[in-house]
Parts: sequence; structure tokens; C-alpha cells
Amino acid sequence: MNDFPWLTVLIAVPLAGAVLTALTPRFGAATLSKQVALLVSLVTLVIGILIATQYDAGDGMQLTETHTWIKPLGVHYALGVDGLGLLMILLTVALVPIVFVASWHEADDRSPAAFFAWALALEAFALCVFAATDVFLFYVVFEATLIPAYFLIGGFGREGRAFAALKFLMYQLGGGLVLLAAVIGLYVVSSDAGTPSYLLSDLQQLDMSTTAERWLFVGFMVAFIVKAPLFPLHTWLADTTEKATPGTSVLLVCVLDKIGTFGMLRFCLGMFPNASQWATPVVIVLALISIVYGAFLAIGQDDILRLIGLTSLSHFGFITLGIFALTTQGGSGSILYMVNHGVGTAALFLLAGYLIRRKGTSLISEITGVESRAPVLAGLFLVAGLATLGLPGLSQFVSEILVMIAAFDYHWWVGAVAVTGIVLAAIYVLWLYQRTMTGPSVPGDEGIRDLDRRELAAVVPLVAALVFFGFVPMPMLHAVNPTVESLLQHVGVTDDPPTVPAAETEEGH
Amino acid sequence: MDFTKPTIEYADLWPMLVVYGVACLGVLVEAFLPRERRFGVQSLLAGAGLVAALVGTILVGRDLDVLGDGAARGTIDVEGTIAIDGPALFLWGIILVFAIGGVLLFAERRLEGGVSSFAGQAAALPGTEAERQASTRGLEHTEVYPLLMFAVGGMMLFPAANDLLTMFVALEVLSLPLYLLCGLARRRRLLSQEAAMKYFMLGAFSSGFFIYGIALVYGFAGSMQFADINEAVRNDLGNDALLLIGLGMMSVGLLFKVGAAPFHQWTPDVYQGAPTAVTAFMAAGTKIAAFGALLRLFYVAFGSDRWTWQPMLWVIAILTMVVGAVLAVVQTDMKRMLAYSSVAHTGFLLTGVLGVQQATELSDGEITSLQAVLFYLTTYGFAMIGAFAVVTLVRDSGGEATTFARWQGLGRRSPLVAGLFAFFLLSMAGIPLTAGFVGKWAVFTVALSAGAWPVVIAAILCSIVAVFFYVRVIVLMFFVDGDPAPGGELAVVTRPSVLTSATIVVGVAATLVLGVVPGPVLDLAGHAGQFLR
Repeated sequence: MNDFPWLTVLIAVPLAGAVLTALTPRFGAATLSKQVALLVSLVTLVIGILIATQYDAGDGMQLTETHTWIKPLGVHYALGVDGLGLLMILLTVALVPIVFVASWHEADDRSPAAFFAWALALEAFALCVFAATDVFLFYVVFEATLIPAYFLIGGFGREGRAFAALKFLMYQLGGGLVLLAAVIGLYVVSSDAGTPSYLLSDLQQLDMSTTAERWLFVGFMVAFIVKAPLFPLHTWLADTTEKATPGTSVLLVCVLDKIGTFGMLRFCLGMFPNASQWATPVVIVLALISIVYGAFLAIGQDDILRLIGLTSLSHFGFITLGIFALTTQGGSGSILYMVNHGVGTAALFLLAGYLIRRKGTSLISEITGVESRAPVLAGLFLVAGLATLGLPGLSQFVSEILVMIAAFDYHWWVGAVAVTGIVLAAIYVLWLYQRTMTGPSVPGDEGIRDLDRRELAAVVPLVAALVFFGFVPMPMLHAVNPTVESLLQHVGVTDDPPTVPAAETEEGH
Repeated sequence: MDFTKPTIEYADLWPMLVVYGVACLGVLVEAFLPRERRFGVQSLLAGAGLVAALVGTILVGRDLDVLGDGAARGTIDVEGTIAIDGPALFLWGIILVFAIGGVLLFAERRLEGGVSSFAGQAAALPGTEAERQASTRGLEHTEVYPLLMFAVGGMMLFPAANDLLTMFVALEVLSLPLYLLCGLARRRRLLSQEAAMKYFMLGAFSSGFFIYGIALVYGFAGSMQFADINEAVRNDLGNDALLLIGLGMMSVGLLFKVGAAPFHQWTPDVYQGAPTAVTAFMAAGTKIAAFGALLRLFYVAFGSDRWTWQPMLWVIAILTMVVGAVLAVVQTDMKRMLAYSSVAHTGFLLTGVLGVQQATELSDGEITSLQAVLFYLTTYGFAMIGAFAVVTLVRDSGGEATTFARWQGLGRRSPLVAGLFAFFLLSMAGIPLTAGFVGKWAVFTVALSAGAWPVVIAAILCSIVAVFFYVRVIVLMFFVDGDPAPGGELAVVTRPSVLTSATIVVGVAATLVLGVVPGPVLDLAGHAGQFLR
């Protein structure tokens, strides 16, 4: 059973499903393509769960597959999962069916088959990104995700989406080409050291000169900063989430953008440990700016989707802060944060999508008093919002507190600035809720119904996960901690031992 | 004085001789066959000749002599004037493949309603009674096939030439038929004739530079043979000024042919004015042949002097990429946009050329500069010929509709054709999983490995600009709603015959396969080894 190529199957199923979905309009009704796509995404979910059951937390990279792909370039088709990759894969396979159910009628006026096929293709490439253990393979699929994403943004959504899609693509490809330069640089460094190879395991052993390592680090980091996104390369984010459909935004912000922070952990820390330490101050300052600036921008928005998009800028600041604090709490906290942010923001986007579909506008100033007409919608929205602002008992709290500990551990002022992000989060979430949901219902809203069963089926699992992991975060931490520890060991940092009074220590021994 | 018969190794040369033979045969067919039978005979003859030459190239390539443990393979034939080595045969192979594509596009008669896309009677002045008569009588020029064959012959000789005079002869043999072919468009004939005129004038001018350079280099080295020139450069005999000026002038001639800035001005006009089938063939074939010659001249004859020409190529490569990418952004005509993008690609290719290093400087299994350039030329050729083939399909009442406004919303009217075109554009933009990505990766790598990081940074920046203008076309085709400009009509896709379809399908398949499994072709290019001295 161990030789079965689980990860290849995991990637191949949605890819084949995408082709199949694209072909269905030739055979029958439009709903057929949706049903096929949903079925494929559920099968992928099952495969993902099967992979999770085989995962052994203490065992490093697992389910590995290595085949030579392009010999002259030292490129391998190499896959594997560790704790980080596993959580990202599970997040992806879980969110896609939810997005499908929530977006069931989203593309009816255009081509539903195209929407679902592109989404499946996006899922396949994203899974490959999270499983790749060869830098070249990673780069190829990293860029390949942009094509389905581009067609999802440009083909479906609101007026002005063509420009938003172009802006998205230009930013991403720009970052990608900088990454290409760094990937090429890796090849040169690797072949100078002997035989060229792109395997992550080979590259981690590489002995680079300080200058080369720093330049390559900068190349990788720029691409990941665009992707994540962080200040100052974030401007595509709000435009994209505003114009795209909420379902697309979920796939982009909750899955694709995670590639940025995932890459920082896997590649920046993994391959350039010294340069990562060298760059820590700058990256932390950028993360802090993103936290505060993103929150302020979010407060000032009048468009719900833009607002939710910009909250993510703030959250990605927290994640990056946790990563570059270089402690185990920070690392584990940020990986947890990636998952929780994915779940919480997905719930917010989908609920906002329902709201916009009912009201016909996405402007906060034109929506009021929804609570009295659609209490379930409003209630779920409040729970998802509270999770976003880090209320204890909801999952984001756990990750936020871990990142905060790491931040204060790094330096007290870093922690102090980061805390303001939480205060500002309370403002944008609660103020948004107050303006849109509370108050008297306005005339013209009589036709607004509460959520139907399909809509509930999409959102309830997300909210349930927020509550569940708020109380029981241990399974995730259990998967993540060994990965973070071995990564930090590779970077060469150890946590400061806790300062405890001497007497107590003696008692302990 | 005794006359000794030169030894000619027919066993190695026969693929090229087949091409020339078929070209001459084509002239005879033109003279002796009745008009109505010429089209069939000519197109079949040309196609069969090219296929035979391709098979021959493979056969010759299979039993080349191996020299120096596989570092190079081949022989130098015909008294040292022609080198039949691995790189030359690789180039022959891809030139012949694209020439077959060219013949298929030349023979397409369904798009113009039963006639080819060449002028009915080139001698008739545009807009005259004679032209109308030629059109109503359904005349067509079948001389284009022998012309194409002569051009292909020149293209094959150009990268195989091992002395300066042979190289010059090959340059002329390849250029003259192309000048003529450019002026033979059936529609928009004035534009076509202007293109031919411009191409001829500038081409003749650049040939002048080239031959003057040859004279000066001969003055320096005292020989036309590349090996002797290399020897002279190495020993640094004679007057250095002669060498430098001669090298510079020969570079002008070659850089004109590849379309590098600042000698690129002919490219947009000629690509736009020429019949699109000719543009497709020329864009792929000329560039491959000229880059082959450029590589051989710089690597073999002046290889010991690369500290002199590498800085020059740095400047030219950066300039070419910037000019091509920036000017492509402001174009509003598909063929001109592709022309400027081909200028940018010339810059990327030059990035690969200047990445040459001594074999001892490379580690085991590292990609060589020659390998990278050969691979890039292959990917570029498939994408270009495929993209231009798609351009021939998109038409309105006035023939091919090449202005951007006409392409608006094409993706919704004809998703398949627009999708294929988008795929070619993505390959040219260098998106992963297409051939263009691996090509770009290869040339950037060799340049960076040779320490040319400023060029690589410029190339990366230009790639970002290039992505913009390619993606803009995709936006135009798929995502722009609304009515066309007032008074304009929208282009539709005309259903082609199997000839054009086959060209496009092969282009797409090759672009995809070379993008996903580039290993075999990269290996083949590496297996070809170095140039022979």
C-alpha cells in the first residue's frame, strides 16, 4: 500500500475532472457539469482524508514519489507531504466542494461548465504546489495556477473584471518572473557545486556563498510577498476580490494566497536559512505595516468584498510575522493561522456573496437591517466575523495568541504594534455588522428570504470547523509541531528557554 | 596549372542537394506544364522534396563520426567549405519541419475561395484592368514553390557554411527568393510591394556591410576558412583594427537578418505586408538559419576572441529586448504585434548566444549555450508558425482582419481557434507547461551561468512587459464585451482545409509536448555536440 502514488492520484483526479467537466455541455443539461464537478471534488476530498489517515506526524516527508522528469535540467517530478503540506492539502480539498455548493448558480448566466472546470484545474495545480518537493516543479505549477485563476476572475464576476484579471495576472506574473530569476540562479549555484539538481533535499545541503544566498532569498521572497500579499505589493488584492465572484475569491484568498506563506516556510526558511535570519527585521517591519495598514484600509471600505479582501492583508501580516519570528510558537501559530484564516475568510466571503445576491448591491451604505429579515444569515455572519477578530473559543484565537507570543518574544514593540491589529479588527468587523445587519429593515426588503438549504450546507461546515478547532486545536498542532521543529533546527535557531525562578527549577528536577 | 577536382561528399550533403534539385525541377515544371496542372504538381513536388530531405537529414545524422568522446560529431566537407556537424543537422531538421509547414500554408486554397493567397498576376499593377482580369480568370503564381525551395536551400547552407564566402552566398540564396515572396500578396498589394521593396533595399544594404566585413577579416587573417581565422585570432597576428572593424560589419549583416535592434526596422513592415503564409515561414526559417550562422561565426571563427564580442552582444541583446517589448505594447495590428514580439524573442535568443563558456567551465551535465539556443529556436518556430497560421483564418469581407478591433470577442464566437491562439501567445510569453517557458529558462540559465546577470535582469523585466501585450490580446478575445467601433465589422473564423489545420495542430502539439516533456529534444540538442572547427 505504501507504494501507491497517493499524491499523484490526488492531483490527477481533479485535473481529469476538469477536462471531463469541460466536455459535459456536449452531452446534456447544464446541471450535469455541476454535478460531475461536485462529485469529482468530493472524491478528491475523500482521497485527501485517506492521505491524512496514513500520515505519521513524527516521520518528516512522507508518501514521497520521485521520478526524473527533465534530465538535462536536473528536474524531478517529486512529491511528498509534511505537516505543513498536509494541512494545506486538507484545506484545499475541503474548501473546493464547499465553494461548488455555494456557487451553484453563480455562473448560470455565462458558462457553468467553464467555471467549474477552471475551478477544478485550479484545485489540481494548487494541490501539486503544496505537494511539490522539487523547486522547478513547484515553480511550474506555481505559475500554472495563474491561468485558471485568470480565467475565473476574467470570465465570471462583476463589471470591470477584465481589468481586475489583467492587474491580478500582471502582478502575479511579475512576481513569478522574479522567482524565475532566482530559480535559474539556484540551478547555476547547484551546478557549480557539482551535478545540477532541483530536488529540495539536494538544495538544502547546498553550501552557498552569503551573497548568492541573499540574492536568491530576495528573489523568492518578492514572489511570495506578491502572492501572500504583503505591503507594498498588495494592491491587486482588493480589486480582484471586488470584481470576482465570492466563490473565486475564496479559492484565491483562502487557497492560492496561502502559497505565498507556504513558500516562505518551505523554501525561504528551508533553502536559505542564513539569509532568512539576515532579512528578519525587514520582513517583520513589512508584516507589521501590512497588519495595521490593511486593517485601516478595511475600515475605510464601502464595498463588502473589498473589505473582506483587505482584512486578509492584515491577516497575512500576522502569518508572516509568526513565520519570521523564528520560534516554534510563531511557526506553529502561523501554520494554524493559515488554516483558520482559510476557513474563517471563506465563510465571510460566501455569506457576503449570499447577502449581495439578495440585495443586489455590495455597498455597505446601501444595506441595512438584514438581521430582522434573515436572522440565520446575520447570525452566521456574526460568528464568522468574530472568528476573524480572534474571539476566544473560535479557532483563530488559538493561532493569533501563538503568533502574539512569538511577536512579544521577538521584541516587545513588535508585539505592541501587532496587538493594535486585533483592536482594529474588532472595529472593522463589528462596525460592518452594525451597519449592514442591525437597524430597522428598510422598505423593499420584504422579498429577502433567509438562507436556503443549499446555502446552509455550504457555510455550516465552515462555521462548525471554526468552533470545533477553537476548542480542540490539538490535532492540527500535533501534525504541525514536528515539521516546525525540524525546520527551525535547520535554520539554526532554538527557542529561548523560559525564564523561571531558580528555586522552582530545582524543585522540578 | 593543374586543376584538381574538388572532393564533394555527396553522402553527407544529399539532403541539401535534394532541396536544390527540387527547386530547379520546379522551374522546369513552371516552363513546360500547362497552367492548370502546375499547382498540384508544384505543391506535391515541394512537399515530397522537403520530406525526403528531412528523412535524409535524420539518416545522415544517425551515422556522423563521433569526435572527442561525443563532445562533437560530424565532418567538414567540400574542401573545408561546409561543415556537416551535429548543430548543422539539428538546424536542418527544424528548418525542414517549418518549411513543410510553410508549404502546407502556401497550398491552402479554401480560405480565399479556391485560389491561393498569392497574387494572381504579380506583374499587373494594383487596381488596373489587368489585375481584375487575372482575378476573374483565377490565375495564380505557382512559382512560389520553387522560390520557397531555393530559400530553404539557402537556409540550410547558411548555418552549415564553414567559410566566409560560402556564408555570403548562402545569405544571398536565402534572401533573394524571400524578397520576391514578400511582394506577392493577393490582397493589399501595395502594402505587400512596399514591404518587398523595403526588405530588399535594407537587405541589400546589410549584405554590403557583411561583404565589406568579410574583406576586412580576410585582410586580417589571410584566409576565408573559419578554422584559419580562429588560428589567426588566437595568435593575434596582424592588425587588430582590421579584425574589430570587420567583425563589427559582419555582425551588422547577421544582426539585420535575425532582426536585432537597431537593425530591426524592416521587421514590422515586412511581417505585416507579406502574405501571412510567407510571414509564418520566414519568421521561423530565417531566424533559425541566421542564428545558426551567427552562432557558427562567433563560436568557431571568433570563439577565441569572445571578450571582444560578448560585451557588444550584451548591449545589443538588452536593446533588442527593450525595443521589441516596448514597441509591441503600442501596436494595434496583430501581425505587427507579432513582428515586434519576434524582435523581443531575438533579444532572448541573443541572451542565450552570449552565454557561451568554455567546456571546462561547465560542470558535468550542465546545459550549454548552444543547446539552449537550439532548443529555443525549436520552440519559437512552432509557436510562430502556428500563430501566423491562426492569423490567416481570422477574416472579414476584406480578407484577413489583422487589426485588434476586429478580434474583439473572438473567443466567444470561435472558442477553439481563439483558445489555440491564446495557447501560442502563452507559450511566447513563457508560461510554464508550454514550450516557450523551457526555452526561456534555458537561455536565461546559460546567460546567468556565464555571469551576464545584468542581461538576465533586463530579460526578466522585458518578459514582464511581454506578458502584458500577449495577455492584452487574450483579454481582447475573451473578456471584452460590447459593440465594435462604429463602422467596423467583427472578424470571423473561416474554416480552413486540412492543410492549415494540420499546421496548427502540429504547432499546438509540439508546443505542449516540448513544454511538458522537453527532455528528449533538449537531449538531442545536447547530443548534437559542439560546432566542428
